[in-house]
Amino acid sequence: MNEISKKDRMKIPRQPMPEQDKLERRTNFSEVNLGFTEELAKMEALRCLQCPKPICIEGCPVEVKISEFIKLVSEGDFLGAAQKIKEDNLLPAICGRVCPQEEQCEVKCVVGKKGEPVAIGRLERFVADFEREHTELRLPELKPKTGKRVAIVGSGPAGLSCAGDLIQMGHEVTVFEALHELGGVLIYGIPEFRLPKEIVKAEINSLRALGVEFVTNAVIGFTDTVDELLANDYDAVFIAVGAGLPYFLNIEGENLNGVYSSNEFLTRVNLMKAYRFPEFDTPVFNCKDKNVAVFGGGNTAMDAVRTSKRLGAKNAYIIYRRSDVEMPARKEEIHHAKEEGIEFILLANPKRFIGDENGWLKGVELVRMELGEPDASGRRKPIPIEGSEYILDIDMAVIAIGNGSNPIIQNTTPDLQFNKWGNISVNEETMETSKKGVFAGGDIVTGGATVILAMGAGRKAAKAINEYLSRS
Amino acid sequence: MYEIIKAEFIAPSVKKFIIKAPKIAQKRKAGQFVIIRINENGERIPLTIADSDKELGTITIIVQGVGKTTNELNQLTTGSYITDVVGPLGKASHIENFGTAVSIGGGVGTAIAFPTAVALKDAGNYTIAIIGGRTKEFVILEDEMKKVCDEVYPTTDDGSYGFKGFVTAKLKELIDSGRKIDFVLAIGPIPMMKAVAETTRPYGIKTVVSLNPIMVDGTGMCGGCRATVDNKTVFVCVDGPEFDAHKVDFATLERRNKTYKEMEETSYHSFQCHIDKAFEEART
Ligand SMILES: Cc1cc2nc3c(=O)[nH]c(=O)nc-3n(C[C@H](O)[C@H](O)[C@H](O)COP(=O)(O)OP(=O)(O)OC[C@H]3O[C@@H](n4cnc5c(N)ncnc54)[C@H](O)[C@@H]3O)c2cc1C
Ligand SMILES: Cc1cc2nc3c(=O)[nH]c(=O)nc-3n(C[C@H](O)[C@H](O)[C@H](O)COP(=O)(O)OP(=O)(O)OC[C@H]3O[C@@H](n4cnc5c(N)ncnc54)[C@H](O)[C@@H]3O)c2cc1C
Ligand code: SF4
Ligand code: SF4
Ligand code: FES
Repeated sequence: MNEISKKDRMKIPRQPMPEQDKLERRTNFSEVNLGFTEELAKMEALRCLQCPKPICIEGCPVEVKISEFIKLVSEGDFLGAAQKIKEDNLLPAICGRVCPQEEQCEVKCVVGKKGEPVAIGRLERFVADFEREHTELRLPELKPKTGKRVAIVGSGPAGLSCAGDLIQMGHEVTVFEALHELGGVLIYGIPEFRLPKEIVKAEINSLRALGVEFVTNAVIGFTDTVDELLANDYDAVFIAVGAGLPYFLNIEGENLNGVYSSNEFLTRVNLMKAYRFPEFDTPVFNCKDKNVAVFGGGNTAMDAVRTSKRLGAKNAYIIYRRSDVEMPARKEEIHHAKEEGIEFILLANPKRFIGDENGWLKGVELVRMELGEPDASGRRKPIPIEGSEYILDIDMAVIAIGNGSNPIIQNTTPDLQFNKWGNISVNEETMETSKKGVFAGGDIVTGGATVILAMGAGRKAAKAINEYLSRS
Repeated sequence: MYEIIKAEFIAPSVKKFIIKAPKIAQKRKAGQFVIIRINENGERIPLTIADSDKELGTITIIVQGVGKTTNELNQLTTGSYITDVVGPLGKASHIENFGTAVSIGGGVGTAIAFPTAVALKDAGNYTIAIIGGRTKEFVILEDEMKKVCDEVYPTTDDGSYGFKGFVTAKLKELIDSGRKIDFVLAIGPIPMMKAVAETTRPYGIKTVVSLNPIMVDGTGMCGGCRATVDNKTVFVCVDGPEFDAHKVDFATLERRNKTYKEMEETSYHSFQCHIDKAFEEART
């Protein structure tokens, strides 16, 4: 098989991802992408040119050995491929699904210069799923116990990956989580149809099997403070509390009934399983035959709008103030959303929400926008077009314009340094904070970013914590 | 899992629970609450920590059955378990020696006002409690209040016990009798809190209420609990739950609390049917 020439490899088209039918999936919460078969995976793997200097690796924040794992896939050694990925990425089943590959690894792939890049993410997902489905839990060897104890605050990808590394280094690890479920945004934010919760649970169970202790219902700052953790025999603390503060638009009518933050809407549906009400007790706005507008253009906005469609919305709109080129969501999510019948209203911004006599949302006043000069972020700045206002009838709105950092830790840890946006200031090499023995990483440091960056930060911190503990 | 050490009804459909939660018992301050989830399918609901025992590691909550979750909770008995209890959440009551402080509780609101009344007394205030109920059996915690307050006035709407009339009528009577009142805390149904706010406003008496919006996480993450205070949006779970009564937009709060009215009814109805069926089966 390896004899196949470069030219022939280039001829193989990018293998399509088998998907749930687009009409059918609008009525359920099952995963949209069904995953490669072994044949599709091997075929796709053949498209990789096995570059001597694989430039794709530069695009991956944790430098997965992409060409090496893909070679193993092409040889049919899927378990070997899984091991290879796990040398750098502890959560491949998750990253294969949610990484913005088109901006990271795949954008660099040389095959993509002429045609479509190698589907690195889909292969990563395939390999991780294969391993999970075909093997018993295989536990890596742990280093001898050091007797040192580390407290990790938050169980999102940053916290989980840090825990995974530290336990293997021989330290005792306790993860404290404010909610009743573990996984952070992977559980409460990203919906089932994009990331089945079973996969996140499997990752957490393997950490548990390694000996990581998990404490749910522990809001650090309230239940215990960071100082109390340090005083209670923890030698180091890693803060990975994410970006858990919803931003609102601060416009008229935002407190009408039917206006949600994306965090609330998605938490009700995903964490509290409101899509299965009344079997589960938590309700959510009844979207059936209603008009729903989601404000924003990121992954969160796509998740919210596609969720509303699944809850029965008649019309579900994305309302975004720039054009589709600037939309930060993964390309695949935008594509899936369009397939599912989501309507995109681009270059429009809300001015005020309008309520009926009982205080229920019934419309939004929008103003058309045009793009001006590039702003600080390099994107062209949207400018309202005077006099272009119009009213759109809607029954429910979801605000998905980003998250800031939750101030609980800041308010209860006086000697920890934060920047002006409320993010924790760290030494970027070591993830060390201004407070001795306290490290931080993930969205609480960077602001809302990506799963793989949070994971990378968790691993970097684990390394630094290990060094810190061996010194102290 | 959190064990219920003791559970007993103290008024019709009002039940007092003592729950093992050592961490929370250690830390909690007057005015703070917990969020509980009874079981895997349950909703997260906030309940005020009415009392605690640091030595025994227990907290007390007092729950009025109003819908599915609270009624389901009130079916639990001594020795059973609750899946999740998280806290202590929210800001502690702002306590100082104001002089004369009146704590007003309406219905189960008395349970929420109780810990703050204790704290006000401990801070040196001359403490008066007005505790209202529809009828005699709905007046709760009278003995407990009497132990900590200098004066306690039960009131009932029908006059079946104590003062006849609303708590605001009793408050007005106290004010009009010329007593100097420096601080009022009022906790109960929204119309009651609103009425107290209007009673004290002309006199400029500092008045605090504890708001009860619908919550999910209780940590400032979802924004579902937002309310309007002093024309600004606040997240009640982290910025409150206590606010200056004269600045609260009660109408918005009342309206937002009705968001899920239909679904709450569905939920409660199917729960009731379920109970009735179980009851039938047990009989036959
Ligand atoms: C809806 C949505 C969709 C997204 N889609 C994608 C995607 O497709 N691809 C991608 O790469 N990224 C995506 N992201 C971004 C990505 O999920 C985050 O960047 C990532 O999860 C950050 O990880 P983290 O570990 O820093 O924090 P989080 O995942 O936010 O986890 C933090 C955890 O800490 C807990 N916590 C908070 N405060 C406390 C406290 N005081 N005490 C104890 N625990 C606490 C929280 O409850 C939470 O569980 C998405 C985000 C959202 C919201
Ligand atoms: C800070 C705070 C402290 C509270 N302390 C107490 C207490 O000590 N004792 C007590 O009996 N009650 C207390 N409550 C009220 C209690 O939380 C509600 O009665 C309970 O959530 C109702 O749930 P249900 O399913 O039984 O009723 P439902 O039928 O679901 O709802 C009845 C009404 O309760 C409110 N409610 C519904 N769901 C929630 C929710 N998730 N969070 C908050 N309110 C909701 C709504 O206004 C609704 O109309 C407190 C509320 C808050 C915000
Ligand atoms: S972890 Fe993400 S960026 Fe890295 S190779 Fe995998 S899919 Fe690409
Ligand atoms: S750049 Fe593309 S073709 Fe080259 S090794 Fe990476 S994935 Fe393979
Ligand atoms: S309950 Fe979610 S922010 Fe207050």
